[in-house]
Amino acid sequence: MRAGYEGIAVAVPVTVPYRRHSIRGAHWWLARALDALLETAALRKDDIDGVAVSSFLLVPDTAVGLMQHLGLSPRWLDHIPMGGASGMVALRRAARAVQSGDAGIVACLAGDTNHVDSFRHTLGSFSQFARDAVYPYGSGGPNASFAFLTDHYMRTHGARREDFGKLCVAQRRNAQSFPHALLRKPLSLTDYLEARPIAEPLRLFDCVMPCAGAEAFLVLTEERARDLGLPHARILGTIERHNAYPEDPIQVRGGWALDRDELYAQAGVGPADVDFLQAYDDYPVITLMQIEDLGFCAKGEGPEFIRRHEFGTDGDFPLNTSGGQLSVGQAGAAGGYLGLIEALRQLTGQALGAAVPDARIGLVSGFGMINYDRGLCSGAAVLASAQP
Amino acid sequence: MTEPIKRPPRKNPVLRTRLPVLPPWQRSRIALGLTAGAAEGRFELQVCAKCGTTQYPPREACVRCLGTQLAWRRQPGTGELIASTLLRHSHDVFFRERLPWRLGMVRLDVGPTVVVHLHGDVGSVPARVRVGARLDKAGTAVLVGFPEKDVANMADDRQLREMTCDPKFRKALVTDGRTAVGQAIARGLVEAGADIVWVGQAEPWKRAAGLDALVALPQVTLLPLDLTDERSVNELAAEIGGKVDILINNAEHHRAHGIASRTGTDVAQAEIEINYLGLLRLAQAFGPAMRARGADGQSSAVAWVNLLSVFALSNFPTHGTFSASKAAAHSLSQCLRAEMRAAGVRVINLFPGPIDDEWNQTLPPPKLAPAALARAVVDALRDGVEDVYPGDVAQEWRERWLDSPKVLERELALGSGA
Repeated sequence: MRAGYEGIAVAVPVTVPYRRHSIRGAHWWLARALDALLETAALRKDDIDGVAVSSFLLVPDTAVGLMQHLGLSPRWLDHIPMGGASGMVALRRAARAVQSGDAGIVACLAGDTNHVDSFRHTLGSFSQFARDAVYPYGSGGPNASFAFLTDHYMRTHGARREDFGKLCVAQRRNAQSFPHALLRKPLSLTDYLEARPIAEPLRLFDCVMPCAGAEAFLVLTEERARDLGLPHARILGTIERHNAYPEDPIQVRGGWALDRDELYAQAGVGPADVDFLQAYDDYPVITLMQIEDLGFCAKGEGPEFIRRHEFGTDGDFPLNTSGGQLSVGQAGAAGGYLGLIEALRQLTGQALGAAVPDARIGLVSGFGMINYDRGLCSGAAVLASAQP
Repeated sequence: MTEPIKRPPRKNPVLRTRLPVLPPWQRSRIALGLTAGAAEGRFELQVCAKCGTTQYPPREACVRCLGTQLAWRRQPGTGELIASTLLRHSHDVFFRERLPWRLGMVRLDVGPTVVVHLHGDVGSVPARVRVGARLDKAGTAVLVGFPEKDVANMADDRQLREMTCDPKFRKALVTDGRTAVGQAIARGLVEAGADIVWVGQAEPWKRAAGLDALVALPQVTLLPLDLTDERSVNELAAEIGGKVDILINNAEHHRAHGIASRTGTDVAQAEIEINYLGLLRLAQAFGPAMRARGADGQSSAVAWVNLLSVFALSNFPTHGTFSASKAAAHSLSQCLRAEMRAAGVRVINLFPGPIDDEWNQTLPPPKLAPAALARAVVDALRDGVEDVYPGDVAQEWRERWLDSPKVLERELALGSGA
């Protein structure tokens, strides 16, 4: 049995307000995130002795260059290039660093800028396999990859466009009270179904919108968090997995299916105990896979699950309660932090939008890096409110 | 079934000609192995010598056993279409101008899943497909999913035509119509549906045999062209250069001499004048206009074909100066290929063994018939390949050369190579 995360606190959810485009560099967004962490927690730069960084557009820098850029001298540093799984992975790494005493307070930062042309550049240099075997096929980027997965899922399990639409419409409703969401205009199912086609069967509102922004949180001991007067959450369990099920001809599941028993065993709770799910949602089909693979229903029952549940903060299955990336926007690697930050807010009574009533236990899930034909990184964490 | 393409209307000279742009061409070095096979019309994937695993995308090590002895092996390409999409949006200018664009994911019977450009005649998922490798507009290999069985007008598929150089409804120039080879090529192009075939002739006052029958074809027009004369080349380029979609440089000078069998350099100079400098003159005169028309609609400028010789790879001493001139031309063609690539115009090299003509009279058979060479030209254009070794002799030389250039050099010196 793996060691737990007793005595570890996750605190100070920070969002640097998103913008569709920005002329600033990724360093600017990460600096803003760190500054907000320090200001909120009333800490000085020197108090931070551990840093985890995720950012696509920090190149040619890594976390190392960022330290000199921002004038930090941490004794523990991690660069986590895992896209949508970065939040889960940073959380796990940082928790162990604090637990072992290798670091006292770890600032976990994720952010990216978005120049008008930067998404196109990212696509072409995303990975060797993408450059060799996907980008030359129409340069559709993740739109084309998720079109394949969605097409395949719909054929295999009888999902309808309306099922995905219900998720997107519900998330947009959730976004209406969330101040950082870039897309808050109400979305009807008709709007969704009749939107501009992008890569069939995907249409406009199936596709995440790239933007600039940053997210950040602190990992420290509960004792330290109490001393600093910081509302915080505890970590009940975590998992990560990379390149799961390579023998599947096309992605029908992620690493969660492989590791969920381990996750729930470590956390000491099951799917039925979870008050909300923050799933990684750059395209709705992957949200559906997480609902299945994290054990809320069996494989292939996702569409029926969607038809039977309501996904608002007041629904019977609160999902992506800030609106998710599909409504807030995808600020590069910060997309991998979005759900975690929202979970932290919900569990510490700091929700910026509508709060999930009596939220005690939250499940956060991450998914990242379409290297060739599928997303390779998966992760999840069960967090609990520290309030008695 | 693919709708057959129609003859394009006459071009309005007032309208702007769309400039060529290329699909993404960057690849890792290891992935260019796919291009090396596709350039000669083969679909090859890496196969591990240790455990036999076939893998894709190309890797530096075997995904199963980590072996690094990975050989590119010819593939049947059969598989099943497991997902498809129709792109309606692209971040790339090339595809943006050509939307919608059909893509598929195919599970190959040998194991890997591949992303492919999907031919319009492939049915909806699930469907059996044949995957092949083609050079795209950028000259880099991509995979294409074809229907399991050939259907009518397959070559006219809108996406596929962006990757091939099909002569159908195109205008071609054959630089020398006086030879049996030139006449066979011109005839082959007409049969393949070319709209116009201009045929060059130097010294028009000497009427070569067979020309009268050729010009009787309504598509064929005879024009003066002397590759040794810069003015002649430029004059022809001024007249038709802006319309040539396919240029076939078959003009050559060939004498069977080594070094010791003659004194002086007159023969070698004549060979260089046509085989090497002739190509250079043509490229300078016709290259710019063809480059400008690389994306000029359905019948854009697409290909430049050079008649080289398998002797370009390694010198055949009894045809020593000819071999040298063809080696020079081969080298220059690589430069031309690099320059034409930016416009999406393919440079195709033919490396035949001895052609069955008067200058190879004393060589024993097999010798390549002009009609077979013409077929090879048309096939190369239709398949969009880059290097062709037509005929048994060329194939064998090629194999010997790949096996060991030094051994081949000795074999040729002893006269046993051909």
